[in-house]
Amino acid sequence: MDFLTLIQVLDSSMRMATPLLLACLAGLFSERAGIFDIGLEGKMLMAAFFSAAVAAITGNVWLGLLAGIASSLALSGLHGLASITFRGNQLISGVALNFLASGLTVLIAQSWFQQGGRTPSLMTAGRFNGIELPFAIGPADAEAAGRPLSEMIKEASMVQQLYSELISGHSILVYVSLLAVPLTWWVLFRTRFGLRLRAVGENPAAVDTAGISVQGLRFAAVGICGLLCGIAGAYLATGLQAGFVKEMTSGRGYIALAALIFAKWRPWHALGACLLFGLLQAVALRFQSIQLGGFTIPVQVMDALPYILTVVILAGFVGKAIPPRAGGDPYVKER
Amino acid sequence: MEKMPKWADVVLIPVISLLLAALISALVILLIGESPVEALNLMVNGALGSTYGWGYTLYYATNFLFTGLAVAVAAHAGLFNIGGEGQAMIGGLGLAVVCLYIPFPHWTIALIFAALGAGIFGAAWAAIPAYLQAKRGSHIVITTIMFNFIAAAVLNYMLVNVLKPKGAMDPSTAKFPETAQLPSLHEILAPLGIEFSKSAPANVTLFVGLAACVVVWGLIWHTPLGHEIRALGKSERGAVYAGISPVRTVMITMLISGGLCGLMAINNVMGEAERLVLNATEGAGFIGIAVALMGRNHPFGVFLAAILFGFLYQGGAELALWTNIPSELIVVIQALVILFTGALDNMVRIPIEKIFLALRKENV
Repeated sequence: MDFLTLIQVLDSSMRMATPLLLACLAGLFSERAGIFDIGLEGKMLMAAFFSAAVAAITGNVWLGLLAGIASSLALSGLHGLASITFRGNQLISGVALNFLASGLTVLIAQSWFQQGGRTPSLMTAGRFNGIELPFAIGPADAEAAGRPLSEMIKEASMVQQLYSELISGHSILVYVSLLAVPLTWWVLFRTRFGLRLRAVGENPAAVDTAGISVQGLRFAAVGICGLLCGIAGAYLATGLQAGFVKEMTSGRGYIALAALIFAKWRPWHALGACLLFGLLQAVALRFQSIQLGGFTIPVQVMDALPYILTVVILAGFVGKAIPPRAGGDPYVKER
Repeated sequence: MEKMPKWADVVLIPVISLLLAALISALVILLIGESPVEALNLMVNGALGSTYGWGYTLYYATNFLFTGLAVAVAAHAGLFNIGGEGQAMIGGLGLAVVCLYIPFPHWTIALIFAALGAGIFGAAWAAIPAYLQAKRGSHIVITTIMFNFIAAAVLNYMLVNVLKPKGAMDPSTAKFPETAQLPSLHEILAPLGIEFSKSAPANVTLFVGLAACVVVWGLIWHTPLGHEIRALGKSERGAVYAGISPVRTVMITMLISGGLCGLMAINNVMGEAERLVLNATEGAGFIGIAVALMGRNHPFGVFLAAILFGFLYQGGAELALWTNIPSELIVVIQALVILFTGALDNMVRIPIEKIFLALRKENV
């Protein structure tokens, strides 16, 4: 494997990691506030559909993004209603939302577009396209020189290859997801809101005693979760791919959940975990099976590895993953 | 004093939840521009209007019986087994190995050994999450979700690289030998003079499923083990005080639960497909959640709910065939049932409790 191939695999990992990272941070906010959310998958799927559908109809990807976020927020609201207001089982609510999204997206897609549960393919304006950073070699340069892009990249220096392939040329949402990591860290660990949010996930009674609304804080956390899942879904349908297809999240919400546990509910570790799982996906996508010193690793092992790693972490063989203490418990205010 | 009579809890609340789910489903159908009345008509005709329809309804119902019972048994111990899908997949694997490699003289013997294979494989797949929950405190919901995905990868690997006959294109095993194929309802009912559709997949497993209902009922309410399971589910501290070992009970409960999911393979793998294919479970493991919630974790309730979902699945398939409504409508209905009977239970329960309290005050 030469340097350029390596860079290309890493580049692909970055793109695969983006929806995972956004969904993982979404889950981080929710679970840090004590609301388990196994409905990340459903929210992403819903957002993926509505962003692609609105982008296809209006031809404007930003309107698509807004629609995606709105639909994801609607599911978040439902999750909040069930698990905060009516103190229902958060896990069951999450399961229900996943099914709701999985069914509704196909149902509405069929009704709106009649293409067997998918949206029409998005044209350039309906997608988030790559952003060319300064001094990077991109499609525009290739056109100006009249040569294929891959050839120009191949001839460039290593630094230029790294810069042009890996760092430059992603869509804006990739950079947004990267920025969301320090932002999440700052909000959670450097603001009063973050302190309260974490407290509500550890000991809601104490927060309540201080005169702060537990329900309000938890709804805020669930709302942020919806927002981030919305962006994740929109990226899937309008950035990574050009349009919505049935079940297009294909378990990413669960991988994000796995990454969250892997990261032990910490933002910077979440970045690491998502990049690792993104790399696994990228490798599985590029190579069908991997030769490793006489052994052949089948592609199914790559598929299952994020889940296996998470189980190992959960089992406490490699450090212990301790979730927020009040996670999953509905808060009953004393009367 | 009870806030409301038992019948209200067991019958009234599920029925109201179901009506709410049905109402919203009807709204969804209206919104996509179809007629809910016509849709219901088509579903009833397609699922219950002929022995062919009944054959499919009962076939699906049999699948859901097993997964529903599995979720219900685990729920009695306070465990949420969301891994039915994976356990059923691995159960299918165990069953396929037994059916392919052991020559059986007759289907009755094949059925017993296939059930053993499927049950043991399914139970084994539930054993690891159970152990991690019992011994290491890893949340069983998360581990069973992860094990669903791992099961899919294992099945995929086994079918593509190991079990697929040489030269075959699609990832599935060879067809099981003649003696390892189960009689369909048609073959069972014909000697009794009852005409039943030949092409419907309902088979003898239906009776295995019904037997499983009775066994689970006996186990949960009439054995010491069942008492331990329910005690643990009500209060872990109470159970420990009563001398019950949580580790042992969690393990046994999950083994039973996983085994039940594994048994589903008799129906879908041995009874219907007669070979193991990739997507054999078709989400039945997840429907078990809705079925158990709807049936209030009681085997009789599970039985009714399984028939209901069997009807929905067959009716939904018919809808997709004759109208512009895709079969995903059923997934939406399933989601709404889970939402209303599970997560939003209090939304229905609290007003009804208030009504009963008000009525009682008036009577006094």
